[in-house]
Amino acid sequence: MGDDGYFVGLDIGAVTTKAVIVDTAKGILASFVKKTGADLEGSANEAFEEALKRAGLSREEIRSITATGFGRKSVPFAQETVTEISCHSRGCYHYFPQEITVVDIGGQDNKIIRLNAEGKRVGFKINRKCAAGTGAFLEEMAYRLDIPLGDLDGLARSSSNAAEIGSYCTVFTATEVLDRIRRGEKIEEIVRGLFLSVVKRVSEMGTFSGRVIVTGGVVAFNPIVAELLSLRSGKEVEIAPHPQEMGAFGAALFALERAQKIPPS
Amino acid sequence: MSEKELRRKEIKAAGDLKRVMSDYYYRMDRISRGEEEGKIAWCSSVGPAELLRAFGFEVYYPENHGATLGATRTAMDYIPLANAIGYSPEICSYLTSDVGSYLKGETPLSRLYPGIESVPKPDLLAYNTNQCRDVQEWFEFYGREFDVPVVGINSPRALVEVRDIDIANVVGQLKAMIPTLEEVSGQKFDIDGFKESLRLSRRCSELWGELLGLAKHLPSPWTFFDGTIHMGPAVCLRGTQEAIDYYELLKRELKERIESGVAAVDGERFRLYWEGMPIWGKLRDLSEQFSELRACVVVSTYCNSWIFSAFDEKNPFESMAQAYTEIFINRAERVKEEYIERMVREYQVDGIIFHDSRTCPNNSNARYSMPQRLEKRLGLPCLVIDADLNDLRCYSEEQTRTNIEALIEQLEEIRG
Ligand code: SF4
Repeated sequence: MGDDGYFVGLDIGAVTTKAVIVDTAKGILASFVKKTGADLEGSANEAFEEALKRAGLSREEIRSITATGFGRKSVPFAQETVTEISCHSRGCYHYFPQEITVVDIGGQDNKIIRLNAEGKRVGFKINRKCAAGTGAFLEEMAYRLDIPLGDLDGLARSSSNAAEIGSYCTVFTATEVLDRIRRGEKIEEIVRGLFLSVVKRVSEMGTFSGRVIVTGGVVAFNPIVAELLSLRSGKEVEIAPHPQEMGAFGAALFALERAQKIPPS
Repeated sequence: MSEKELRRKEIKAAGDLKRVMSDYYYRMDRISRGEEEGKIAWCSSVGPAELLRAFGFEVYYPENHGATLGATRTAMDYIPLANAIGYSPEICSYLTSDVGSYLKGETPLSRLYPGIESVPKPDLLAYNTNQCRDVQEWFEFYGREFDVPVVGINSPRALVEVRDIDIANVVGQLKAMIPTLEEVSGQKFDIDGFKESLRLSRRCSELWGELLGLAKHLPSPWTFFDGTIHMGPAVCLRGTQEAIDYYELLKRELKERIESGVAAVDGERFRLYWEGMPIWGKLRDLSEQFSELRACVVVSTYCNSWIFSAFDEKNPFESMAQAYTEIFINRAERVKEEYIERMVREYQVDGIIFHDSRTCPNNSNARYSMPQRLEKRLGLPCLVIDADLNDLRCYSEEQTRTNIEALIEQLEEIRG
């Protein structure tokens, strides 16, 4: 045995829970994403079961499970927990084995992680406890503007002008946005301005070195964020493969490494 | 015994600490009630305590009360009360929690020391802005409330070098206090008394420095978190024999730990520096988290701040001015960085945690890019935690824990 089997990464984020199953060749067999909700363990379990179903596997065939994300400590059936900082790093370095900066824009927080050419972490930063510049901010604004979340990216692309959004604060921004609507400004420009404000908040967090790779749910659905980030930083910014599942993928790689270290019984 | 309990190694001297601190608070309570003779001076934590003691004042420290409010987590009940009368949530949360508890007429001392109903009433307030200007405004509030004199030293700030002109300035201000101190205490200034309190204070501070230095040992016999508890006498009772006796006792215990190979953190793997204020309401949680990760916080700017090596009774005014002006918090970034660098070497530190304390810019050294500079120069990871000394509205449990865990993962990776 030793060389076969399957490995699971579970990323229990504040907003969504992701499950990824990999094989020994580090290929993804299946993944699943769902809303996290209040029951963290339940969410993890459900995402896990769904991913198993998609992969056509049973629980017995899983050799190791690693949990990460906000709810990582709430998964009693995981054999280890690793922070999302390490999992995003591990996952991205798998695809980009060189000096990189990982920019993760999540539902509730953002991270900037710098790795050297050997994949070792040089530094990291999680944003302050504030929704500004995160997925939660965009959701709130979409709700205020009464626009389906899925339409934001297209709307922003239909304009080349961005309204200047000045405030740090989600609540102040909401008033600012309403005021602009009242003054008859174009909704596309406002939406583009909102994305730009996300990009500004992220850029303030730290500097980038090496290739810049973006992960997280926000770019998965709004690739315009990567384009704006590139314009603003003057660097090429690439969206990682399966950006939303990157944390779970990294966790699955940890699960694989862990299992390979332990001699099979 | 659960695994958690095993991890927290109680220091046996803690019982004596409790006695020393309760004697101190009960004595002040009796004076305050008029049951014992004496006068009470309130003093900022690095204020001119030795001069006050020379006039026979019993010295009370509002900051120690602030820390108690934080550690008992009662601060959160009181901060909003001070906010409501115009003391902003952005200013020192020792100040706001202390003023709030005063407005409510409550103190956590009542629970810690049964029979004590309020903090001791001041006859005089004395501050030094060597740490911040908040202490000045804080003391002015009580000066108005109690209608008692407020005296203070407005120190030259953020110094690269402590020059003769700075010392002369502070000496002048110290001497200018004397007439008020004489009047309130009813005692004439006695230079020998001053020299004696300075001598006792220096002895206390030497011992405190020696104790903190024991953490240089591998593995360390105690942690920063232990230090924050056992520093009570170094802050409140410096200049008295009680403090010295207590630290002699503690020293014996910690030396014993070293001799018998007892580590504060079992299986110590990493040694950390804590820069900035403690997060008082989370000391226990954090100390447990570090123990679980087998990381020991061995050195801190905070605990080291009560080592005053300049005190010299042969030269009382000048040496006191020197000691209180040259403190870390009162220095330029360059000097602070050199200090941290030296500590990192002496204590064999693997990483530095900067606590960026929302309401205390004075003790938050992450705001002028120091972590980035030190990271580069020392080649050590520096983590910044956004939180606060007392205001837990500025604290995110999950983010702090994840940051710390991620730092340890980074250290593991470095070690390979
Ligand atoms: S140094 Fe900071 S914590 Fe201490 S009194 Fe001043 S503002 Fe408050």
